[in-house]
Amino acid sequence: MSKLSIDGVSRTFPAVRGGEPTVALQPTTLAIGDNDFITILGPSGCGKSTLLRIVAGLDAPTAGRVVLDGMPVTGPGADRGMVFQSYTLFPWLTVRQNICFGLREKAMPQSQQDEIAAHYIDRVGLAGFEHHYPKMLSGGMQQRTAIARALANDPKILLLDEPFGALDNQTRSLMQELLLGIWEAEKKTVLFVTHDIEEAIFMAGRVVVMSARPGRIKTEVAVDLAHPRHYTVKTTPGFSALKARLTEEIRVEALKVAAAA
Amino acid sequence: MATSAPGEPRSSEATGASEGRYRGFPATDGPAPSRHGLSALDASAMTPLKPIPSRRKAALGIAFFALFVAAWSVATFGGFVSKTFLADPLTMLQEGWALFAQFGFAGDIAITVWRVIAGFVLAAMFAVPLGIAMGAYKPVEAFFEPFVSFARYLPASAFIPLLILWAGIGEMQKLLVIFIGSFFQVVLMVAVTVGATRRDLVEAAYTLGASSRGVVRRVLLPSAAPAIAETLRLVLGWAWTYVIVAELIGASSGIGHMITDSQALLNTGQIIFGIIVIGVIGLVSDFLFKWANQRFFPWSLS
Repeated sequence: MSKLSIDGVSRTFPAVRGGEPTVALQPTTLAIGDNDFITILGPSGCGKSTLLRIVAGLDAPTAGRVVLDGMPVTGPGADRGMVFQSYTLFPWLTVRQNICFGLREKAMPQSQQDEIAAHYIDRVGLAGFEHHYPKMLSGGMQQRTAIARALANDPKILLLDEPFGALDNQTRSLMQELLLGIWEAEKKTVLFVTHDIEEAIFMAGRVVVMSARPGRIKTEVAVDLAHPRHYTVKTTPGFSALKARLTEEIRVEALKVAAAA
Repeated sequence: MATSAPGEPRSSEATGASEGRYRGFPATDGPAPSRHGLSALDASAMTPLKPIPSRRKAALGIAFFALFVAAWSVATFGGFVSKTFLADPLTMLQEGWALFAQFGFAGDIAITVWRVIAGFVLAAMFAVPLGIAMGAYKPVEAFFEPFVSFARYLPASAFIPLLILWAGIGEMQKLLVIFIGSFFQVVLMVAVTVGATRRDLVEAAYTLGASSRGVVRRVLLPSAAPAIAETLRLVLGWAWTYVIVAELIGASSGIGHMITDSQALLNTGQIIFGIIVIGVIGLVSDFLFKWANQRFFPWSLS
């Protein structure tokens, strides 16, 4: 029995001013097991973000349904934590208050909130920055806080929509290691959307490749690299072979997008 | 508090980083060659958007005041304008002193300030919640917005005859003028501010388990708060115009009443003094608002 099942989910955006309706996502079916780390890899405009937003409940599918732990998803909820590509920390709250946002919404006692916040602040290496406002933080620190904020809620599944997309390469690598380290230590079910092939392989137990518009799942590739993974794994032959294969898959899709444009 | 974060590099949009962005410009630091700061007007200082040192900024601001008073002095002391039409600065100050010493002008100021604050607070008390409701809930907006948009173009001063008919010439009439003048403006501006809340913040709150009420209370409100305060600051300035207009007609006290009295006596010195007092009070309230905003919203990029 899978943790999250996506059953024939599709999304069509209505026509704008006499144009054709846009099919963003063709009927898609995907099963995700408990504690899986799945990355969804695809060129821009392949509907991967749409799929993630449907799982989060921020967008409704045109057809099909999403089931989490046997319960159909009808709207957004605390059982599905999300980290966005844009910086979505609440600017009027400090790092710690941001991390406690969901806990406060659950009316958890303050002492317990502080305990959980302290744990995740430590986990993402932000000790000493608890009382900083988001505008005083770098992009990487803001995204680390966003990850801590989502994890503090103890969601059943963590959804990440290109969370490191706006960061520079070095920060990006460090963030990948950080997230993978948290996953290896705490075991979470994770659905991670990215267009970066190396990122997709490094983090994942399984890479789901999506095709260009209209989006659909093209292929799935299991990543059999041992855990805990060190960043040096990126230079091993096994990693390179996967990268070569996925590069080819993605290139075909990117070419289709370019031809359609 | 909002100055520097130790350790990690900070995002370039953070405050304080702006100084360094202009390092490439010719240096303007060091002792200013001219005391009155007009040297800031040389070619390199006129680079678009380039900030200037705060002392030079203050000097430039004061310089224009000085220039203004100088022009006024030349026009009046030089005999270019008749005393009947425009008092000179010294007469104005003497008349101002007389107002306080002999005519109880402090009482007039107090009553006017009270009217502005009471009328404005009354308007804000109803306008801010309604504006928030309109910004947050689209059906509420659809219901009120067309009428409010229409009502906001009704000139408050044109209501004065009607209001005298309805409420007499007492305090209630003055407060109503300010209320009508401020209420619709605040409603609309607050509604726009709340409605423009970043959607991704709202979505983030939902994924953290916030309810609809939680989103309004913990996202829309705090996110809009600094801009709402800014709206109130702006509209308070307009309220000052309405109160004077209300006091020009059918009033027996207040700064506006003093101005009409002085007009009957052709005392331009008193009129000008009254106008300047209004300006100074406006400036002070503006400072208080700005100070309060910085204090209450340290996270905001203002």
